[in-house]
Amino acid sequence: MSGFDDIYRENILDHYRNPRNHGTLESPDITYEDANPLCGDLIRMDFKLKDGTIEQVRFSGHGCAISQASASMLCERVEGMALEEAKKIGRDDVLEMLGIELGPVRLKCALLALKTLKAGVYGIQQWPGEEEESTR
Amino acid sequence: MTFVSHRHPAGAGATAPVQTFDPQAVRAQFPIFREPRARPLVYLDSAATSQKPDAVLEAMGRYYSTFNANIHRGIYQIAEEATAAYEDSRRRVARFIHAGSPREVIFTRNSTEALNLVAHSWGRSRLEAGDAIVLTVMEHHSNLVPWQLLASERGIELRFIPVTEGGELDLAALPRLLADGRAKLVSVVHISNVLGTVNPIPEIARQAHAAGAVMVVDASQSVPHCPVDVQALGADFVAFTGHKMLGPTGIGALWGRRSLLEEMPPFLGGGEMIREVKLTGSKWNDLPWKFEAGTMPIAEAVGLGAAVDYLESLGMEAIFTHDRELVAYAMERLREVPDLEILGPPADRRGGVVAFTLDDIHPHDVATVLDADGIALRAGHHCAMPLHERFGIPATARASFYCYTLPEEIDALVKGLHRARQVFAR
Ligand SMILES: Cc1ncc(COP(=O)(O)O)c(C=O)c1O
Repeated sequence: MSGFDDIYRENILDHYRNPRNHGTLESPDITYEDANPLCGDLIRMDFKLKDGTIEQVRFSGHGCAISQASASMLCERVEGMALEEAKKIGRDDVLEMLGIELGPVRLKCALLALKTLKAGVYGIQQWPGEEEESTR
Repeated sequence: MTFVSHRHPAGAGATAPVQTFDPQAVRAQFPIFREPRARPLVYLDSAATSQKPDAVLEAMGRYYSTFNANIHRGIYQIAEEATAAYEDSRRRVARFIHAGSPREVIFTRNSTEALNLVAHSWGRSRLEAGDAIVLTVMEHHSNLVPWQLLASERGIELRFIPVTEGGELDLAALPRLLADGRAKLVSVVHISNVLGTVNPIPEIARQAHAAGAVMVVDASQSVPHCPVDVQALGADFVAFTGHKMLGPTGIGALWGRRSLLEEMPPFLGGGEMIREVKLTGSKWNDLPWKFEAGTMPIAEAVGLGAAVDYLESLGMEAIFTHDRELVAYAMERLREVPDLEILGPPADRRGGVVAFTLDDIHPHDVATVLDADGIALRAGHHCAMPLHERFGIPATARASFYCYTLPEEIDALVKGLHRARQVFAR
């Protein structure tokens, strides 16, 4: 089995080809866009909030399969989730959803969606996981 | 090493036998290709950095293990040896680029530092508000950002030679950019690290000089790959970087016209760049040491000297011919891949670089699929975001070649690209 089969698992390709929660929202409560300057990946997320939960979320943008698949998986996961709970999602949760291991460059692709979510909803500007990294 | 004589393929009517080399024999002299691994390394990213031959690594090792000492200071034997080796490298680099004198060759960390040196030292002492700097849309960020910094600090206008759809400079625009006489500096990449385009520097330099501007050349991709004669280029400053020319990282050079360098203030202050220091002022050292503050990367300079020797043993004409044969072959083979689009000019007007897009597959994904086959391909904007914006794409995949690249590696690339299409077929 060669390496790219490891990375481009069927679930990733499936989310990449048929992204869930893809698109934009009419009048979102929050719109946030973030990019990875290294590779030009760009993700925009629109949120509708209600009673402390993420009622609706849609993403758009462009980028590699990893960045787009992780956005799709993340949106699917957080729609309907309490804001308090969504805030707890971290780097490892995203990697677990993707089910792969990634080197430092591709890791940013995988985490762009989560970074966009956290910056948009909670105003947290750091790359997920970077807080831990900086003390090592 | 086997040298075979053959007629120069590009020189119509040329009868002189031209040196050529066997890339397989070259490879054997690079430890990275001898390293046993599950799949052979197919390294197609020499435009980012080149691999290093034994000769370079050995020269650096010899310095550290037999005559490691600081230069220009000690009066004991190994310090003299180290100083001699460092200055000998400078002489070799100077001869390699046909500089008038080794004093015109300043060692820097890389191209980026060489260009920043010009921007700081020449730029800040010569340019003022209302002046203009002419660049191109195909510049690497290192020949763009230093000028942006200077421009915003001084109120200088940046002007850009446009790039045509075919990936060449639109030189018809140049006279207009120079017409008002406000342009005091023109800085252009010799060979584009994305498009491979070989720019007509002598012609640009002629127009720049006629308008009273100095000519700076980013030769990061040309000095490693083709014969470069700084006099014939007609440039005033030429920047290049050691790690792309078989040398180590941490060493590069700026060539400058002596009369300009003499008049320029120092770039960094510290040890070695001074002749005499009083508490409140100093006198500058002579060229080139005026611009080499602090302890320089001595081993790296020695390594660069060895790299120059190695390149000369292959012959720069032969290396360029090899690169161009490979790029012609690559462009022909890449045409077999459906939905693949190549950026830049036809093969006969470019160096050994080819950037492309493959359908709507992100270049990162292309590179990841190829990586699984042991193929090192670059993906991204290659530090040329404005150029990618010009073509309306965020990123490209790029293959680049050197003296150790084999046609079989291009075959492997093409095979991998077909596979990438299969993986992402919707
Ligand atoms: C055209 C060009 N200019 C400048 C540079 C910068 O070289 P360095 O990073 O060694 O300073 C590069 C290489 O990345 C390049 O390709």
